[in-house]
Amino acid sequence: MTLEPTPSQTIGPYFGHALPHPAGGRIAPTGHPDTVTVHGRVLDGCGAPVDDALLEFWQPAPDGSRTGAPGSLRRDPVDGTAVGRDGVAFTGFGRVATGADGGYVVRTLRPGGVPYLSVCVFARGLLGNLFTRAYLSQAADPLLSSLDARRRATLIAVPERTGVHRFDVRLRGDGEHEETVFLAFR
Amino acid sequence: MPEPYRGALSRQPQRPLVVVDDPEAVELTGPVFGAADVTAIDSDLTRQHPGQPLGQRITVSGRVVDRTGRPVHGQLVEIWQANAAGRYAHRRDQHHAPLDPNFTGAGRCLTDDQGHYRFTTIRPGAYPWGEHSNSWRPAHIHFSLFGTAFTQRLVTQMYFPGDPLLPLDPIWCGVPDADRQRLVAAYDPELSVPGRALGYRWDIVLDGGPR
Repeated sequence: MTLEPTPSQTIGPYFGHALPHPAGGRIAPTGHPDTVTVHGRVLDGCGAPVDDALLEFWQPAPDGSRTGAPGSLRRDPVDGTAVGRDGVAFTGFGRVATGADGGYVVRTLRPGGVPYLSVCVFARGLLGNLFTRAYLSQAADPLLSSLDARRRATLIAVPERTGVHRFDVRLRGDGEHEETVFLAFR
Repeated sequence: MPEPYRGALSRQPQRPLVVVDDPEAVELTGPVFGAADVTAIDSDLTRQHPGQPLGQRITVSGRVVDRTGRPVHGQLVEIWQANAAGRYAHRRDQHHAPLDPNFTGAGRCLTDDQGHYRFTTIRPGAYPWGEHSNSWRPAHIHFSLFGTAFTQRLVTQMYFPGDPLLPLDPIWCGVPDADRQRLVAAYDPELSVPGRALGYRWDIVLDGGPR
């Protein structure tokens, strides 16, 4: 049996009261000494910041486990408000909305077994979600090695200083800057 | 038939997607959620404030399955919507319609063992938007879904049967003809709650799962 999939539709501009939540970008347990910060901006084809995008991150735990763990979106049972993470569990999942400058920040731990974080991009004006990857190192990797240098560079989260990487997402090339590589999975 | 919505040009990638054909790709697994991530009342959008929201109370329920028909169980379903007057509880929505202090319009639940989800809410209103002169969005509820793989991630919109705005809506018409009706819920009297709420059924099929 093969069922026809439910079509995707744009996330629109008004998800902000429903999907983002406090601590959505704090994937690393509180105060973890190996915390890595990944930050950047989402930009459109004119180089303008995309101030209403939602980014989601998914990754293995440092030990390579891909099972994830609950607790990314904890709610207060008393009043239903979002209370964020417990600061202990590593859920592998992060979710951040971009700010007025198109910027976002996530703090996480390096994934075990692979050099990348999986990234899913949603925004008003996109008909569906886009997948990409933020590579924290340029270790041998089949996807990176399949791309020419200019394209490959769009997937590299560039080290800025110890423990801080910069990863911008360009939804469309602007003539000067290369468009981010977006992925389809088979 | 309106010109189908193609999105904001400056936000559309121009390059073809790069195909990843790797059975070890991390994206073939996905995040999980649990009891702490939702409260029981999160699925009833009419009980999140001291008073009752204005509007027609409805239930929306259905099943989440993958393309082989296997239920997606224990996964997170999130919804958001405008209030009965067609206004979102969002600062950027300055549409000339009242906010409802008893309605935020956001909910979530986990699917059960058979993939079922269920929400109680109010029927959202239509609202104008700037796509073209006198363009009105048909009543719709936004849905966000997770499968067992990150590749199955889906954000979409559910519509109501018989809405005269549907064939005029560029966003609904942006989906190919053959697929459009799958975004429209069915009225199901079996799901209605006597004296309380009208029942709608909407089943969801997630694409792109593990082979």
